Amino acid sequence: MPKLTIDGREIEVAPGTTIIQAAEVLGIEIPRFCYHERLTIAGNCRMCLVEVEKAPKLVASCSMPVGEGMVVKTATPNVLKARRGVMELMLINHPLDCPICDQGGECDLQDQAVAFGRDRGRFAEAKHAVRQKDFGPLIKAEMTRCIHCTRCIRFSTEVAGVPQLGGIGRGEHMEIDTYVTKALESELSGNLIDLCPVGALTNKPYAFKARPWELKKTESIDALDALGSHIRIDARGAEVMRILPSNCDDLNEEWLGDKSRFSCDGLARQRLDQPYIRENGKLRPASWDEALALAASKLKGARPDQVAAIAGDLACAESMAALKDLLDGLGSPHRDCRQDGARLDPAVRAGYLFNATIAGIEQADALLLVGTNPRKEAPVLNARIRKRWLKGKFPVAAIGPKADLTYRVDHLGTSAALLDAIAKGTHPFAATLKAAQKPMLILGMGALRRQDGAQIQAAARGLAEACGLVKEGWNGFSVLHTAAARVGGLDLGFVPGAGGKDIHGILDGATKGEMAVVYLLGADEIDMSRLGKAFVIYQGHHGDAGAHRADLILPGAAYTEKNATYVNTEGRAQRTTLAVFPPGQAREDWKILRALSDALGKPLPYDSLSQVRARLAAINPVFGQPGKRVGAAWGAFGSPGAVADAALATAIDNYYMTDPIGRASPTMAVSVETFLAGAKPRTGTHG
Amino acid sequence: MSMHREEPASFAFSSDNEARAKAIIAKYPAGRQQSAVMPLLDLAQRQIGGWLPRIAMDYVADYLGMPPIKVYEVANFYTMYNVKPVGKNHVQVCTNLPCWLRGSDQVVHACKKTLGIGLGETTKDGQFTLSEVECAGACVNAPVVAINDDYYEDLDEATITRVLEALKRGESPKSGPQNGRLNSAPLGGPTTLKGGA
Repeated sequence: MPKLTIDGREIEVAPGTTIIQAAEVLGIEIPRFCYHERLTIAGNCRMCLVEVEKAPKLVASCSMPVGEGMVVKTATPNVLKARRGVMELMLINHPLDCPICDQGGECDLQDQAVAFGRDRGRFAEAKHAVRQKDFGPLIKAEMTRCIHCTRCIRFSTEVAGVPQLGGIGRGEHMEIDTYVTKALESELSGNLIDLCPVGALTNKPYAFKARPWELKKTESIDALDALGSHIRIDARGAEVMRILPSNCDDLNEEWLGDKSRFSCDGLARQRLDQPYIRENGKLRPASWDEALALAASKLKGARPDQVAAIAGDLACAESMAALKDLLDGLGSPHRDCRQDGARLDPAVRAGYLFNATIAGIEQADALLLVGTNPRKEAPVLNARIRKRWLKGKFPVAAIGPKADLTYRVDHLGTSAALLDAIAKGTHPFAATLKAAQKPMLILGMGALRRQDGAQIQAAARGLAEACGLVKEGWNGFSVLHTAAARVGGLDLGFVPGAGGKDIHGILDGATKGEMAVVYLLGADEIDMSRLGKAFVIYQGHHGDAGAHRADLILPGAAYTEKNATYVNTEGRAQRTTLAVFPPGQAREDWKILRALSDALGKPLPYDSLSQVRARLAAINPVFGQPGKRVGAAWGAFGSPGAVADAALATAIDNYYMTDPIGRASPTMAVSVETFLAGAKPRTGTHG
Repeated sequence: MSMHREEPASFAFSSDNEARAKAIIAKYPAGRQQSAVMPLLDLAQRQIGGWLPRIAMDYVADYLGMPPIKVYEVANFYTMYNVKPVGKNHVQVCTNLPCWLRGSDQVVHACKKTLGIGLGETTKDGQFTLSEVECAGACVNAPVVAINDDYYEDLDEATITRVLEALKRGESPKSGPQNGRLNSAPLGGPTTLKGGA
């Protein structure tokens, strides 16, 4: 391990570390534009020049590996002069339009110009300008501001796996471009905005909306897919202005999917901001007292076995626990949190978790995808698979729909019967899995939603056991959920109680008129026409499918508006933080259920958030350890049996609109139009 | 980057070029076929007649299994690939320092006068495109004009006019020095190593 001295301080680092990384360890910050720790090294901005003893010239610290006995100085007059020079060159062609630039206030170039630049320029000639470019509905390109750091090119090529950006032309005429006018076809494109150190690539829906210093920044958790990515919610007053990823090495690194980033404008639209009661087929505004009294009378008036509850994909653990306790109090066993009909066996926790963990993907050495398209279901997780694949020696095979996942996939077929063939060892991929040290299987909701989902789950378990996916210190059996609420719901038992009906039974019963009251906790993804004549209470935050069918609407809070717990697909309980208050008369969801229990005369035994959370931890200790991934022991799950030969499908067709927030978002609507609504012919003469 | 109206509807290598392309790719190790991008682009450019429409770049990208943007980058980086149509004769005048000292200004002037077009323009009949290029690497014979694959050297106003007029008539004027020099030997014969010393 080479030892070196930086600014008089000694440090020993692993061979191959670069000077800038070693300095980072010591807490010495070296300015940079092109260097980014999660991308390859380009070394083209020259901002990170440092002095190395015995070197004839200053060296770029981002691309210089450390050497034994190196003596590095990062703040000598020579270095400062060089940085001043680099800054001056950078600003030659950079328009000084900070007052009208969205990056203003959070711009690396601005900050470093103040810290290291000269106070005036000496360049009196005309600056270079770049024609306006169109990078689609999510990214606003102002390429005149570009300083050619090439971070965007490297991100799209390496991390996103969509090599559509390049440097066109040479020398001072070089431009970052797609060459053919088109939007970057990636579910991770929004990350270019964060990576761009200047205002060349900015957030288009957020353009000219706010300045960073006006925003209240709240660290929270994303709930629009099952990953539980760490996010930062930037709000001004009562409005969420934008959502950014927050660093979390175990989950999302520092990336975020476009849906999670851009659908925040849906939070301000189609909101349920007061209770509504349906009268003569029309919804009319009502007061909370009236609404709760009506709900209580309907619930009390029905036989307990005629009451059912369905929890949606965005429901938090607190509200599901409260609803479960409420139903228990009424004596109804009919409840389900699997609104998409996934036939997941809730009995064994390891049977529904992403046991390999997201960071664990990087250790895996073989992967089988079953009925899933991770690029649509969890784009950030897909980037992790690609990261692993880029390191090499990582065979990936898929049973299910054919799709471009940004890495090479050996498509074995679409039939679920292949699972048995691999488990029995008659399929050649069995040998690949068995030869691997840490083989992995990702089981998607597309496979579990089928009629024979329970059999597929059992078949996948059989495969995992037969091919050595489960062993001491490694469990490669991984279920990829699509709903943020799902694992939490299963963990706290929001599944049919003794003699209770599951989602299929509830809907069948309601169709036949056997259900008197159906309580939808943010459940919008079910076939509302199957609810029959049941009295439908919808508790949620958006006027979506559920609210359209509802006879009574209780306005709840979105994931940005409450302190709530979600368990991600790995089994990690995480807590969101309230960033803005729910609009109008809407309330945090567990409080609504607590108030309803009062109206029913059977008050739930908790009055504060900490008491609800104590109750959660009592139901399942997983909830008592927020932020920590809690694994689970292997066991027997699923129902052994014949698997139908039908083709496996993916769970998500439309990545941009999987939830009521996305469906209310204008940005998601234009994204669908741009990226999904059949490729509109774009010819060479198109603009 | 602007797109071009003259885009052909389709492109594929002719059978001759197909064979050449295969031979070029065979020079590189298996799986490293992307190394052949530059010679293949050259083949495509020659087949089309001096320039590379996007469809040809896409074809080469597909042929070599690489992302189209990587091919666009290469084609737009090197000045000898033309991403805009050029005339049958691409007149490339060097105006770098040695040529300029030796009178490239007069050569440019003569070109403009003879062809009736400015730098970067193409004649209406599509016969000539006039471009200004950086050092052509033949400073010893400055000033130099490259017309397609041929170098016309040691030019002045009269000689470049003569060359262009000949091309206009459809002739193939002799390339090389236009002032009677043998290659880059001194004008008027050798000055050293004379006689049998």
